[in-house]
Amino acid sequence: MPAGPICNGAAPVRSRRVILGTLVWLLAAAYLVPMVVVLLNSLRTAQEIAQGSMIGWPKFWEFGNYAVAWSGFCIAQTCQGIAPYIANSAAITLPATLISTLLGAVAGYAVSLWRFRGDRWIFGLVTLGVFLPEQMRLIPWTIVLRDLGLSNTLAGLVMIHSVQGLSFTALFCRNYYLSIPQELMKAARIDGAGFFRIFWRIVLPLSPPILVVTVIWQFTGIWNEFLYGVTFTTGTQQPITAALIALATSVADVPQYGVQNAAVVLAALPTMLVYLFGGRYFVRGLTAGAVK
Amino acid sequence: MSGSLRRFARKLPELLVIWVPMLLSAGHVVVFTLWTTWVSFTPSTLMPTDGWVGLRNYSAVLATRNWKVAFDNLLLFGFSFMLLTTLVGLALAILLDQRLRGENVLRAIFLYPLAVSFVVTGTVWSWLLNPGMGVQKLVNSLGWTAFRFDWLVNRDMAIWTVVIAAIWQASGFAMALFLAGLRSVDADLLKAAQIDGAGPVRTYARVILPSLWPITVSVLVILLQFAIKTFDLVRALTEGGPGIATQLPALVVYDFMFQRGNLGRGSAAAVLMLLTLLAVLLPYAGWTYLQRRRARA
Repeated sequence: MPAGPICNGAAPVRSRRVILGTLVWLLAAAYLVPMVVVLLNSLRTAQEIAQGSMIGWPKFWEFGNYAVAWSGFCIAQTCQGIAPYIANSAAITLPATLISTLLGAVAGYAVSLWRFRGDRWIFGLVTLGVFLPEQMRLIPWTIVLRDLGLSNTLAGLVMIHSVQGLSFTALFCRNYYLSIPQELMKAARIDGAGFFRIFWRIVLPLSPPILVVTVIWQFTGIWNEFLYGVTFTTGTQQPITAALIALATSVADVPQYGVQNAAVVLAALPTMLVYLFGGRYFVRGLTAGAVK
Repeated sequence: MSGSLRRFARKLPELLVIWVPMLLSAGHVVVFTLWTTWVSFTPSTLMPTDGWVGLRNYSAVLATRNWKVAFDNLLLFGFSFMLLTTLVGLALAILLDQRLRGENVLRAIFLYPLAVSFVVTGTVWSWLLNPGMGVQKLVNSLGWTAFRFDWLVNRDMAIWTVVIAAIWQASGFAMALFLAGLRSVDADLLKAAQIDGAGPVRTYARVILPSLWPITVSVLVILLQFAIKTFDLVRALTEGGPGIATQLPALVVYDFMFQRGNLGRGSAAAVLMLLTLLAVLLPYAGWTYLQRRRARA
């Protein structure tokens, strides 16, 4: 029955479907409003927005907003636009995503398919990290960063996100790997394959669905992170989220809404692209085993 | 002796790969929790210092108006955000489950807010809800000059702007999980309901929704974390204002630690946050534990 899970095939069903369809598209339009408004504003001049409202169709397409936002605008006395901050975010997000995903996959594999003494305890503590509020870690991280000489560095943030990310990635991967049949493991071990060989030959080829989830989770989470960025870095070392807040405060006197909107679009673009291309796999993988 | 040593040496790479990251991760959870808790009992100001002041930091934090407002806000925001996001997510999932045309596009539209940061969400909604340039200005300029929508600058209503923005951001996530649950409802059950002549409303109420209970609990636990940790959204949307009307515990912690330079009180506030989270999560953990034991028995 292709028409749907519940269908009586009667005439009123069709009119009900039309009503439902209209309703759901109206809701979708409402969800799109913020994005459409920002996109339109990013192409309007500051004067036009100031005279009218934030919501409106551009009278004149001001594509220059993007150039100014990218490389010309001043944020806290530095006039290089948001490009350096985007670069900072990329330099934090890419390595931290890669490291935490890789370590999480190995840890999840070890805990779910090998079992060793104390694994329950240690893994339980690792996953408690999912629940521990960031506020409980602010002071310790500050001191650890200082003692390691990593205060106000991107490397410091990479370390923090790698360690903290492991809680999520290990949990996701472990839940997923539990569905790998033990017989497969036994057969491989009888053939003499060791820890790394089985991981490389058997587990990793089965992993793409869950690795997509952890990569998307980590990438968006770290790219969008604000609290650590604003606490542990200053000036031109800050990630883009912190720079956006600084931008909003520094333009309070002379509002530059067009440029600000363009900056918001550019800041949100990487994670939006990740969702656009990976969203479908994300939802599928999430429900295949990550959330249990 | 040398044999076992050699065996150990051969196993060393895997032991390192397994244990070092896990010990670092588990260690940071335990040590950092104890560390911050310890600081909360010291007279630390700009730097952590030794000393013991007992519960003085806690009583000081609990006595501030800032904390009281923040905690009341957390209850109001947390409860309404969790409830409404779950309901909206469930409604969206049920709508999408009707296999309407363009389902993939619709799913992507409801999910996209999840991709953007709280900073972006807060900034954009602060523009939309600002009476001087957002929705109110637009409606006023269209001729309805008496129209007022000033929740953002209204002490009593400002917290609801945080709720609106947070629902917009998180409901797609709830929808995705519910949709997966709806799609995995046992087909035989549905057929049986159909044979019994149950209409769609009754099928949903009696057969489908009860089977979504475990997913609902997962959704609520995830949203609870969102709610208690909310920080950037408020920073970008209202900065805790007007006044301290939209203050939340996470902002109070930051304020104590880095704006007033009082690490002792900031840590006490952080521990209070953790205790709030535990007050909800521990009963949940106990409940799942009992469920599992019952399932095994």
